[in-house]
Amino acid sequence: MSTEPRNTLYGVIGEFDSANALMAAARKIREAGYQCFDAFAPYPIPGLSEAMGLHYGLKGWKHNLVPQLTLLGGIGGGLTGFFFQYWVNVIAYPLNIAGRPLNSWPAFIPVTFELTVLGASSFAVLGMLALNKLPQPHCPLFTVPRFKRASNDGFFVCIEAKDAKFNLAEATKFLEGIGAKFVTEVRDED
Amino acid sequence: MSEKPVNSPEIRRLPRVLEPGYNYASVTDKIASIVLTRPVSLGWLAGFSISFTILMVLLGSIAWLIIKGVGIWGINIPIGWGFAIVNFVWWIGIGHAGTLISAILFLLNQQWRTSINRFAEAMTLFAVACAAVFPGIHVGRPWMAFYMFPYPSTMGVWPQFRSPLIWDVFAVSTYGTVSALFWFVGLIPDLATLRDRATNKPAQIIYGMLAMGWRGSARHWHRYQSAYLLLAGLATPLVLSVHTVVSFDFAVGIVPGWHTTIFPPYFVAGAIYSGFAMVLTIAIPLRKAYGLEDFITMRHLENMAKVMLATGLIVAYGYFMEFFLALYSGNKFDVFLVQQRLHGPYSGYYFALILCNILTPQLLWIQKVRTNVAALFVMSLVINLGMWLERFVIVVISLTRDFVPGAWGRYQATFWDYSTFIGTMGLFVSLLFLFVRGLPAISIAEMRELVAHKSEGDE
Repeated sequence: MSTEPRNTLYGVIGEFDSANALMAAARKIREAGYQCFDAFAPYPIPGLSEAMGLHYGLKGWKHNLVPQLTLLGGIGGGLTGFFFQYWVNVIAYPLNIAGRPLNSWPAFIPVTFELTVLGASSFAVLGMLALNKLPQPHCPLFTVPRFKRASNDGFFVCIEAKDAKFNLAEATKFLEGIGAKFVTEVRDED
Repeated sequence: MSEKPVNSPEIRRLPRVLEPGYNYASVTDKIASIVLTRPVSLGWLAGFSISFTILMVLLGSIAWLIIKGVGIWGINIPIGWGFAIVNFVWWIGIGHAGTLISAILFLLNQQWRTSINRFAEAMTLFAVACAAVFPGIHVGRPWMAFYMFPYPSTMGVWPQFRSPLIWDVFAVSTYGTVSALFWFVGLIPDLATLRDRATNKPAQIIYGMLAMGWRGSARHWHRYQSAYLLLAGLATPLVLSVHTVVSFDFAVGIVPGWHTTIFPPYFVAGAIYSGFAMVLTIAIPLRKAYGLEDFITMRHLENMAKVMLATGLIVAYGYFMEFFLALYSGNKFDVFLVQQRLHGPYSGYYFALILCNILTPQLLWIQKVRTNVAALFVMSLVINLGMWLERFVIVVISLTRDFVPGAWGRYQATFWDYSTFIGTMGLFVSLLFLFVRGLPAISIAEMRELVAHKSEGDE
């Protein structure tokens, strides 16, 4: 355990006026060769993730596994639903209801359907949160006072220090060069 | 200025979805201020006190029910269901409009859903909560209501899944869970907004915990949007399945008036019908009290009136088909039941139902009525009453007029039936009062999208 308080460089952040400016900036940052950067907007901007090069082309699917997880949850929920009912009504507690077969599969469909939806929805939400690494109570960006506006009317870009190409002075200059305002460094400190 | 597209509201002379002159910050300010800065008004306090008192009536009624048993209600063989099931079906139906607005209109890309979806979803959750009260306390020994769920009991007893009643348990609990997930996912970005704008420590901590560190990252938004779209796609068949399963509770039985294949679609249409009526009942006072006329515009009210008219006609078709099929089949029990509806001891309820659900809504064909806020409010109350009467007619007339005259009976609701029913309205309205002060009643993030969309259109 180190006794030194944590104080490392997280990245450099800049603000833009509008969604279009943010989109243009994201494209320029990607073209400049930065890999680890993120854009922040108060509402989902169509095309922004493509501009950042995240979800573009065939390789893009890796960035968004939510649909695959949802399918998995749905199949899992449905199979669990059906075979649970089968186990209950055929194996664990067989009851003769008006001479109907123990495995009255059509009667098991409503519950199977409900559990399919339940499984898929839970996986969609929990999968989305997990892939987004949420809940995350603290993020170094929250120390930047102006960043509060990201949930109101601010559009931000942050180039992260973990990027191989990152250099504080260069990145700052680059952001200012593409029109960012209030460019500041973000520190990850205790 | 370029030419207006053909379907632009101006050309069709429709009121706007959002009044002009708003930008991202002013939308945020206006909606967030209701929660964060606005002082508690006397009206809110009075409204909440009244509804909370009514909620206490519910708790009192339930306590008395637990002490004395279901005998305090008007139910007795042959009427085992009575108010409890009437109210259950009514409340569950009301919830359906919330999901319809949030899921189906989202998939259909209807922009006008934006400012009403949040509180309509809240309404869904609260209506499901009210509905869930009834089966739980109707079972006779409410402390054993958990028997409804399959669990490894020491007696080795399991439910049998050929019964619609157990399907109902799964349908309603899945519906409640998925509605809550959908609502919460929609709330995350707005909770982040509240966290960033709150000025006092407790609010920052509470909203901060709930927002889970949301910061509007493009990566997050991308996955968020696909999760939201998938949830909408999943909630759509779910909402249709829920009232279908509720109608199976009736249709799978052989009781005259219940055993019919028209029930699932007509129950779903009725659910949406009553749900939209309830959305209007809430939206009209809400927009007035908090000055949200610019966000919940006449366009919204009119569209909801149109949905009510359309679903009302489907319901009317359902009533007609019930009659027609009974007469066409020639089944004497079904024909007899039709006669009982028209001439039996409960014919007054039946004609009131026709008046509320079929005749009154025909006024909605007239545009002047659709755009008259007071008329819409009254009509929404009339339709809510009508839909309640519909369930009363279905449950009570069929059960009191079974196959054998020896099994006939009468049903009279007692004071406790009414107090429990009215009490759930207290629960519903109390939750709504808390909701409008604790969470943004309109989705701020989606309103910003709407602003962005509008400003692009003007360029």
